[in-house]
Amino acid sequence: MNRRVLEEKIFKTLMLASVFIVMGSLVIIIGLVIFNGGSSLTIEMFTQTSSGGYYLGRGGGILNAILGSLFLALPATALACLIGLGIALYLQKEFTHPKVSGFIRLSLDILWGIPSIVYGIFCLMIMVFIGIGTSLLAGIIALTLLEIPIITRYMDESIKMVPIELKEGAYSLGSTKFETAVKVVRRQALPGIIAGVLLGLGRGIGDAASILFTAGFSDRIPESLFDSTAALPTMIYHLYASPYPLVRQRAYAAAFILVVIVLSISIVSRALSKRYTKYVIP
Amino acid sequence: MIKKLDIQIETKNLNVYYDKHYVLKGVNIEIPAKQLTAVIGPSGCGKTTLLKSFNRLLDLRDNIKISGKILVDGENIFDSKVDVPDMRKKMGLLSQKPYPLPMSIYNNVAYGLRIHGKKNAKELDSAVKHYLQEAGLWNEVKDRLHDPASRLSVGQQQRLCLARAIAVEPEVVLCDEPTSALDPIAAQQIEKLLLKLRKDYTVVLVTHTLRQAKRLADHVVFLYFGKVVEQGPADEVFNNPKDPKTKAYIKGEIS
Amino acid sequence: MNKRKLRDFIGTKLMLIATVFVSLLFFVIFLILLYKSMFILETQSISELLLSSLWNPEKGEFGLYPIIMGTIVVTGISLLIAVPISLLSAVYISEYAPGKIRRVIRPFLDVLAGVPSVVYGLCAFLFLVPLVKDVIAPWFGIESTGLCVLTASVTLSVMVFPIIISLCVESFSAIPIELKEASLSVGATKWETVKKVIFRASAPSIISAILLGFGRAFGETIAVNMVVGGIPRIPSSLLHPGQTLASLIASAYGEMMSVPLYESALMLVALILFVVVLLFNVLGVVVLRRAKRRWGY
Repeated sequence: MNRRVLEEKIFKTLMLASVFIVMGSLVIIIGLVIFNGGSSLTIEMFTQTSSGGYYLGRGGGILNAILGSLFLALPATALACLIGLGIALYLQKEFTHPKVSGFIRLSLDILWGIPSIVYGIFCLMIMVFIGIGTSLLAGIIALTLLEIPIITRYMDESIKMVPIELKEGAYSLGSTKFETAVKVVRRQALPGIIAGVLLGLGRGIGDAASILFTAGFSDRIPESLFDSTAALPTMIYHLYASPYPLVRQRAYAAAFILVVIVLSISIVSRALSKRYTKYVIP
Repeated sequence: MIKKLDIQIETKNLNVYYDKHYVLKGVNIEIPAKQLTAVIGPSGCGKTTLLKSFNRLLDLRDNIKISGKILVDGENIFDSKVDVPDMRKKMGLLSQKPYPLPMSIYNNVAYGLRIHGKKNAKELDSAVKHYLQEAGLWNEVKDRLHDPASRLSVGQQQRLCLARAIAVEPEVVLCDEPTSALDPIAAQQIEKLLLKLRKDYTVVLVTHTLRQAKRLADHVVFLYFGKVVEQGPADEVFNNPKDPKTKAYIKGEIS
Repeated sequence: MNKRKLRDFIGTKLMLIATVFVSLLFFVIFLILLYKSMFILETQSISELLLSSLWNPEKGEFGLYPIIMGTIVVTGISLLIAVPISLLSAVYISEYAPGKIRRVIRPFLDVLAGVPSVVYGLCAFLFLVPLVKDVIAPWFGIESTGLCVLTASVTLSVMVFPIIISLCVESFSAIPIELKEASLSVGATKWETVKKVIFRASAPSIISAILLGFGRAFGETIAVNMVVGGIPRIPSSLLHPGQTLASLIASAYGEMMSVPLYESALMLVALILFVVVLLFNVLGVVVLRRAKRRWGY
């Protein structure tokens, strides 16, 4: 009998140690970022671009990366939303045969799992072939492809949960399939959709591998779709190991901003889900 | 009056507070040993909670507050000295829907035995056979002992759960509406088994069919929305109820 | 034509186009990677590429063996670390933690899952690399820069934690409480119930979670690239640098323009990455779906 109790006690300790390790990792991550990043945050960081060459330059800030990230992630997320919404609505039973929608969902699952570097490489191949090469446009397309599976899946799950009686109610009033899909379904599924969009956006802002070769790097703010551009993740990637502390600080500041964005997205999507749930009929 | 020595379970001022209301309030019950006690009352008035408090399964739930004492063989089960798994071994549980463990028929019955240290294969074999026989299931499964338990019919699964429960030789068998998910024939088999069991075990049977209670009970407790209204020997409560609510329930006026 | 009907028609057709496009995307990616790899596969056989040990693109040598080994070691060790910790954490969260603690841990996991890989890499560089260099390696009497297989593995395992933990917690919580009660009422302890009932009932989900975690670790590029050392040779110990397939692509891409076969070799690596991750993910999803159908948990 004692052996059983002892075994349970040992494993309970191991369990607590495991949870401690997991939570501790996050604490370390946030701590490191805040500590290193916080001390690098000055007004200049936000308002100036890197000057004097991006690897060796001691001056300037990360404005080019901040704007670059916005110019990349916002259009990409918007596009992914549009496409994702179309697909998610199409997946509903009234448009497709179950086998077809099963196949589509499987493809989305596959796309979800593809490492982001593969998206980057693929996009670059295409853009080079077209003749555009490394550019803001290439980066946007790569991010769009990356975000589509994430956003579509969340939309799909949310829309699936809309009770069929609501849709039937709309049909009986004379709406077409498309109209019902758009109006009724959209309202009910809103919390889940918003959560998905925010997560997609978060991914788009934070991902480095897909934009590494497609968007390139630069110390200027991009002025056209065909310019290369820096972004927060690539800034960290290129500068984190620089021998110059002032250069490294740009990486830390970028990491700080990224973590703040991710945390905010997490908080906001939770809060939004709770708030909009009041419109949803259970 | 029941002699003190013959009481197996006794609750003193048991209160269970869950989900912002009292599920059980001020419950004082005496359950006599080696008899079948039926707990009757309208649905949702705390009968299952009462049962699950006896073997402290309520500990599993969040947000539950329990106060009062439950004495089993004179010992308060909420006492910190009490070894909970051992105490639970004394009480077998048969639920409303059968829940066979995700393993073979054999292993379901052997589960409790193995936990408590029985390892010898021959001993396990004969024990499993014995308890399956007690539960009236042996002949139907003796050729497929190592099949998954999930392949049995609902009635068979319930008998398997009974075998599993008595395999660890409890003193008390707690039954929570064990026949409500079964067809009439299977239900009858279980009822026969319960009657057989009370020779050796104390049986506490929660039921919301009065007829079942009348068929099986030696002793009755009437629980009405968390409070004990009346308790006593079966023929007293059924034929000569003292409380007007009891009278009304028995007549079928309230349910 | 009725305006509403027209809008309906166009809307439906647009949805169809988007869907077709996206559904076939993975196939298109596969084909293009394959096509680009053909170039190098014409000059060297696949077994030569996979088994030879010299990765020297300037000399035209494209032996992937050391990199494949590096990938297996890094991924393997990261899972070795991540699986027990994740399982134990998941058990704690779903079976032992009081409600309040459970509510606190949830957001922790969400945030961990949302941290970008590049930040993981940065933190590993700031914390683990000096730790290995100044504390762990000297303890073993080895000299190390800290950029090594061990650092990469530990980083990957932290990235994999939230994946395995959330899938397992979901699965454990889906097991009916009556099953757990059935085990407890025979006198089993909570831990025995976990061992004998919960793990058994969730086994397919646990396997699926591990497969998905593996897929993630295998395909992780940036974080590994930042701390693994980037040396395309079989690491002589865990404290020495190595290279993985995903990280190789990131490292080499800049240089490949000058060497003709180089690009094709990297496309082949990307193809391998794609196929392996695909296999593991599909396997993971299939196992999960089949488990849900069979057990209902």
